[in-house]
Amino acid sequence: MDAQVAGSAEAAAQPVDYETHPGRYRHYRLSFDGPVATLALDVDEDGGIRPGYKLKLNSYDLGVDIELSDAIQRLRFEHPEVRTVVLTSARERVFCSGANIFMLGSSSHAWKVNFCRFTNETRNGLEDSSRHSGLKFLAACNGTTAGGGYELALACDEIVLVDDGSSAVSLPEVPLLGVLPGTGGLTRLTDKRRVRHDLADIFCTTTEGIRGQRAKDWRLVDDVVRPKEFAAWVRTRALELAESSDRPGGASGVTLTPLARSIDGSGYHYTYVDAAIDPAARKATLTVRAPLDDVAQDIDAIVAAGAAWWPLQMARELDDAILMLRTNHLDVGTWILATEGDPKRVLATDAALDAHAAHWFVRETAGLLRRTLARLEVSSRTLFALITPRSAFAGTLFELALAADRCYMLDLPGDPGSAPVVSLSARNFGAYPRVDERSRLDARFSGEAAPLAKARAAIGTRLAARDAEALGLVTAALDDIDWDDEIRIALEERASLSPDALTGMEANLRFGAGETMTTRIFGRLSAWQNWIFTRPNAVGDAGALKVFGTGRKANFNRERA
Amino acid sequence: MDVDYSGRIPNNVGLADDRALQRALLHWQPHFVEWWRSMGPDGALMHDVYLRTAVSVDRDGWAQFGYVRMPDYRWGIFLNPAQPDAVIHFGAHKGEPVWHDVPGEHRANLRRIIVTQGDTEPASVEQQRHLGNTCPSLYDLRNLYQVNVEEGRHLWAMVYLLHRHFGRDGREEAEALLTRRSGDADHPRILGAFNEKTPDWLAFFMFTYFTDRDGKFQLCALAESGFAPLARTTQFMLTEEAHHMFVGESGVSRVVQRTCQAMIALKTDDPAQLREAGVIDLPTIQRYLNFHYSVTVDLFGADRSSNAAIFYTSGLKGRFEETKRADDHVLQDAGYPLLAASGGKLVAQEAPMLNALNEVLRDDFAKDSVGGVGRWNKVIEKAGLPQRLVLPHKAFNRRIGSFAELRVSPGGEVIDDAAWQANVDRWLPTVADRAFVASLMGRVVEPGKFASWIAPPSIGINRQPVDFEYVRFN
Repeated sequence: MDAQVAGSAEAAAQPVDYETHPGRYRHYRLSFDGPVATLALDVDEDGGIRPGYKLKLNSYDLGVDIELSDAIQRLRFEHPEVRTVVLTSARERVFCSGANIFMLGSSSHAWKVNFCRFTNETRNGLEDSSRHSGLKFLAACNGTTAGGGYELALACDEIVLVDDGSSAVSLPEVPLLGVLPGTGGLTRLTDKRRVRHDLADIFCTTTEGIRGQRAKDWRLVDDVVRPKEFAAWVRTRALELAESSDRPGGASGVTLTPLARSIDGSGYHYTYVDAAIDPAARKATLTVRAPLDDVAQDIDAIVAAGAAWWPLQMARELDDAILMLRTNHLDVGTWILATEGDPKRVLATDAALDAHAAHWFVRETAGLLRRTLARLEVSSRTLFALITPRSAFAGTLFELALAADRCYMLDLPGDPGSAPVVSLSARNFGAYPRVDERSRLDARFSGEAAPLAKARAAIGTRLAARDAEALGLVTAALDDIDWDDEIRIALEERASLSPDALTGMEANLRFGAGETMTTRIFGRLSAWQNWIFTRPNAVGDAGALKVFGTGRKANFNRERA
Repeated sequence: MDVDYSGRIPNNVGLADDRALQRALLHWQPHFVEWWRSMGPDGALMHDVYLRTAVSVDRDGWAQFGYVRMPDYRWGIFLNPAQPDAVIHFGAHKGEPVWHDVPGEHRANLRRIIVTQGDTEPASVEQQRHLGNTCPSLYDLRNLYQVNVEEGRHLWAMVYLLHRHFGRDGREEAEALLTRRSGDADHPRILGAFNEKTPDWLAFFMFTYFTDRDGKFQLCALAESGFAPLARTTQFMLTEEAHHMFVGESGVSRVVQRTCQAMIALKTDDPAQLREAGVIDLPTIQRYLNFHYSVTVDLFGADRSSNAAIFYTSGLKGRFEETKRADDHVLQDAGYPLLAASGGKLVAQEAPMLNALNEVLRDDFAKDSVGGVGRWNKVIEKAGLPQRLVLPHKAFNRRIGSFAELRVSPGGEVIDDAAWQANVDRWLPTVADRAFVASLMGRVVEPGKFASWIAPPSIGINRQPVDFEYVRFN
């Protein structure tokens, strides 16, 4: 095979950019009809984000999924009138045939994993929006729905499959590719759709999939509908789903203007976020700035501020910075989380977020913050928060400290007036649930009542290092004599450890007891998949993923490991 | 229930002693008859048709002629005799003994191959079901029905494989073969070309010449299969497919002959005058040819195909005349030139042959298609006329594969959309062409009489005279 390696060093010379706009889409068509938006997949075969493969049969790669992610984000903010999103295909007889196999077969391990993580986040994002902000999703599978295509459908609230005697839903990864349906497929079958495990076993080993009435009987889809009635049925059902939504009718949306961003050798620079990369130390410092001015409190002023409203702009910038660092700087293994500015403005913003929590725009903004923090936590990077003078770890921004693997806070016993303080707000107690649906504080204290009560009692209090340490809110309070050496050694030591072991260790420690479907996807399913992705049976010269499409037979090592 | 299986269903697969097969057929056969009554030839249930029935695979048994009412036709199940010590002769299993049962490893692909092939058989019956109402002669009507019942038998052949070798899943797929309908938006046939209409007899002859020839090449490739029952059943099907192509080739030939007679008699090649005289002008015949050829070459699938590679390597589907080819029959390092557009031209680019096997089969089909066109031209030549019919370029009017995005003239030049639009009415049948041909389609059923637009054949069926009463209406 002379196919180029997607995501290899030379390909990395072309960084991935997650910013796009419907006007630039090559793969999705977005249309609107009252409360129903239709997102139709129409993949441009020659539009792969990396060279070396053709995106046949509505298969997707990272570039296609970036458009999906962008479209959903714009539906959330720019189209509050939309209550149901119909995901369908603009092609005849094929809905989506999943992730492009030749892309996977020719990709580096890191590229595959990053691709899968992003696609997982996007699919989780559909469920997140359905659960938290009333945006309903209907998968209108108007043709073959295979692999990742079915996994996309599984992330929707409902699935309707065309009953034309040949269109089937399938998860053929195991029999065809020797890997797993790793974008939530296995987990959503059992956890979400409650497919019996023995039936799921047959389904997941049947290349051709299941169609028609049996697909419904096995709960793989919610309905099967004849082609002639399909369009009308989808529309009716989409409108019914819209009824169950509390998205506003008459509101006008908030345009997501392009991010003001500069990229140079030192990193990524935004208005409220800065990602400074230190390549030699393989670390990046992510600094989030508090609002630079007083923040709008009145809902009309908030909506008028739109994309420039601090929590929204900051969250979009942080989200983009995380994605850029994650995709384009694989060896930058440690992210230092820092904040700066006036914490009072952060707390004032928290008050506004609380006061108008039911307003659609505020709700969407909180949703983006929630998902961005979740994205940070499932990133395979060491996260150390450093709390220093002029930092602004208050309320919503304190979530960054809580998300970190460790959090160091400077203690200035000799100069308490200059010492940094942190403070909690009500928003630290449930406004931003993690992927395990717990607040970070609840998870931090394993749900124990006493430390949580103490923390709650401290809401609004300016906590210096010793106080914060006593409440268990920071890992260590270090005084100015120790600080430089302690931090330097901690970072250097961390950077010396095995990146693989760290990724596994961090993921395990961040998410403690209590599984949700999402944690099972990010934990159990992804871990198995990533193990399989490195095994010769998948990616060796005669591995199933490698030889797919060449006509060569996979040659398995038959030992069960 | 006690059924005389071997009497009702001629076979050489031991049906009388095969309980699994009996159970499957007991259920399926009434549905098949029901399907035939509702989707088979329109208004023809009571006709006595002079048909050929296969009652065994022997020289004498495969062609027994006599009057039959089509619903009573004895659709049989025949496999060519097994070759002892047969081995797989291509792919990764080359040299291993052929499989007599489905290997679990290849179940899904074999099922897919058989279902796809099987689906075309009833589809063409459905496509042709109204043609009987506009037949140009009793002779042609009988040929149509012969083609129809044999497509029905080919369906039986595929259903046998599903019933015998694929368990419950196979039974369900066999049922589904009877529930899909050609051109039905709710339940279409699997392949696009089999959802198109066969609206008139010129289309029927073109279909049987070109599209049944696709069938021949697919069957030839499957006749090489390492799955012996598939190989053996397709080998037998090929003897019948040959007749269908004869119907197409001789049909077009007779249309051309009649047109040439009119051209000479009227001393004109003006389509309007010829149409006035009730014959089909050669440019219209050429446009029909262009259409059916291009739709048929699409049936071979994408020019680069991973399925084709897998089917070959797995030993499931070989190439045309696999054993006569002088290569290693593994093709791991073999290349094959594929045409691709480059700088406004079609240029050959080397691709791995395993991935190009659809194109290999397509090119073999193209070579084979030339012969009949040459014989049609002989008819024109013999009439002393200078016109000739030609096969269009394989990139012309494609919907599948890399040419689908291109506009290519019948001569093989890559052109822009404007040039295409300016010429398409010269290259493909227009609505007016089809309306004209349809206007000729009257029903001629008097023995020995033929419609104005087609010449009689030189000889009849089974050495019967041309004016034999091939169909008796009751």
